[in-house]
Amino acid sequence: MLKLILAQGMLGLNNGVFYAMLSLGLAVIFGLLNVVNFAHGALYMSGAFLALILYSYLGVWIGLDDFHVNFWFALILVPSMVGGLGMIIERTLLKWLYRFDPIYSLLLTFGITLILQGLFINFFSASGTPYPGQPESLKGVVNLGFMVFPKYRLFAIVFSIAVCLAVWFVIERTRIGALLRAGTENPDLVKAFGINVPLMVTLTFGFGTALAGLAGVLAAPIYSVSPLMGADLIIIIFAVVVIGGMGSIMGSVVSGFALGLIEGVTKVFYAPAANTVIFFLMVVVLLVRPAGLFGRQT
Amino acid sequence: MNQTANEMGEMGERVSMETGKRSQIAQGILWAILIVSVLIAPMFLYPIFVMQLLCFALFALAFNLLIGFTGLLSFGHAAFFGSAAYIAGHVIKMWGFPPLLGILAGALVSGALGLVIGSLAIRRQGIYFAMITLALAQIVFFLALQLPFTGGENGLQGIPRGYLFGLIDLNQPLAMYYFVAAIFIAGFLMIFRVIHSPFGQVLQAIRENEPRALSLGYNVNRFKLIAFVISATLAGLAGATKAVVFQFASLTDAHWQMSGEVILMTLLGGMGTIFGPIVGAVVIVTLQHELSSIGSWVQVVIGATFVVAVLLFRRGIIGELARALKLSSV
Repeated sequence: MLKLILAQGMLGLNNGVFYAMLSLGLAVIFGLLNVVNFAHGALYMSGAFLALILYSYLGVWIGLDDFHVNFWFALILVPSMVGGLGMIIERTLLKWLYRFDPIYSLLLTFGITLILQGLFINFFSASGTPYPGQPESLKGVVNLGFMVFPKYRLFAIVFSIAVCLAVWFVIERTRIGALLRAGTENPDLVKAFGINVPLMVTLTFGFGTALAGLAGVLAAPIYSVSPLMGADLIIIIFAVVVIGGMGSIMGSVVSGFALGLIEGVTKVFYAPAANTVIFFLMVVVLLVRPAGLFGRQT
Repeated sequence: MNQTANEMGEMGERVSMETGKRSQIAQGILWAILIVSVLIAPMFLYPIFVMQLLCFALFALAFNLLIGFTGLLSFGHAAFFGSAAYIAGHVIKMWGFPPLLGILAGALVSGALGLVIGSLAIRRQGIYFAMITLALAQIVFFLALQLPFTGGENGLQGIPRGYLFGLIDLNQPLAMYYFVAAIFIAGFLMIFRVIHSPFGQVLQAIRENEPRALSLGYNVNRFKLIAFVISATLAGLAGATKAVVFQFASLTDAHWQMSGEVILMTLLGGMGTIFGPIVGAVVIVTLQHELSSIGSWVQVVIGATFVVAVLLFRRGIIGELARALKLSSV
């Protein structure tokens, strides 16, 4: 029984990777822009598709059938592409809405979600395509004592923890991070100090969306790549964010991993509830501590 | 909600006596057009298409009561639309309820659901309210997928239309049509009445400036909750009616994309206007019909419409029109 719990816990932790990385990006964006980016899930999905395209389709398109952009390059290339797309979205669309109520930017990004999702459904099958580019070095399994665990999944967990810690370090301990936090508190004052705040906003949005793209690449070898993979995820992420509170970087990361773990363990005890346990936890948090576990009352 | 408040405040601006009178006349004309076109529509269009329009228009009107007149963005209204469709379908098909009673049962259950979801969601404000309603609606979606009576992926099929008052056969297209038209008009009148009641005035005060309404001694949360329950009940009324018209309830009815569609209808027609949601529903449903041949491109078109509407005309069709003609749209 304990073994089963540990095993499902590990698998849950694996989902937690994506909850943590996505809610982290959402929190970074929300902190500075006061925008809830609904398109975060769709950008994550785009990241997974870009990895797939780079590996399986690009070579065929340019006439070199044996040409594959491997996983490691994708891990660098795709986040920059998704981040670039994010910056274009911010510069051309989102920036017109800052002076209005934040619900408008939520609706705008919802529209972008539908567009991206519709495009990928048109060009790829809605049911999902496996990603064949998993690197040789990460194939196979490791024995953890209580279970054999796929090497790749272990890599994903370790890698994403490292990324989250790095982001936390940059934001809490460096000068850039200090500017970012200052911009969150009082953008006008930061502007008065001669900092180019609009540029900072664009870069922050780009960075947040790049994190979503990175999560997408990481997800590609684990889940099959489908146009709908982001949509269901973003709603869970919203619940994670309500539970953790969007105020803190660490809070979003910790609640992401913790909720993945809880979801996994729930599978052991009552499988049908695994889909909804996070939403029910959200209800409990709302009843007990409406501001979220790490949040400040707004 | 300050910025919306300002924008909407402009819309419901202090109208001079003369504008007030002109607005009343314009509204009278719109009412006349609406009632006449509802009455004669089945002579020119397929009754089933118009019934679909009416159901979605009622859904959007119910939604508008929250976003337009209380300032609450619910991203989970499909939960009410869908659950009422399932409940009405189940009680009519399995328990042999007559159609009207079945529809009312669906609306009642979704009202109760609105009480639960609403009382949780109003614990947070603004953008969080939207995220919480979306997440809670997802629970309802999974229930619709997993509960034994809902038919899972297939949905609930073969709901009989039955006899109204035991007399009128609703399998007759026109009988069904006027039954739906009556429900629509009744629902619309109720919403109109709520908006123009003292209760509705308080809701609008909350939308404009919640702290001030609070400081005037109004129990803001209670008002929000009642508005939420009314909106949920009427959204349920629309969903249950839709289930009887099309004789099925499906997962689509409870999916988050449905919640998005009703937002778009309301936004496009004009949030916080009386007739806007109807116009928005007509535009979107027609669009979906006309474009059904291009498959999933429809989703791209809908998404692009969202983007354009948010960026260029946040007042919606009716809102912009009223502004251009210097009329009040409420």
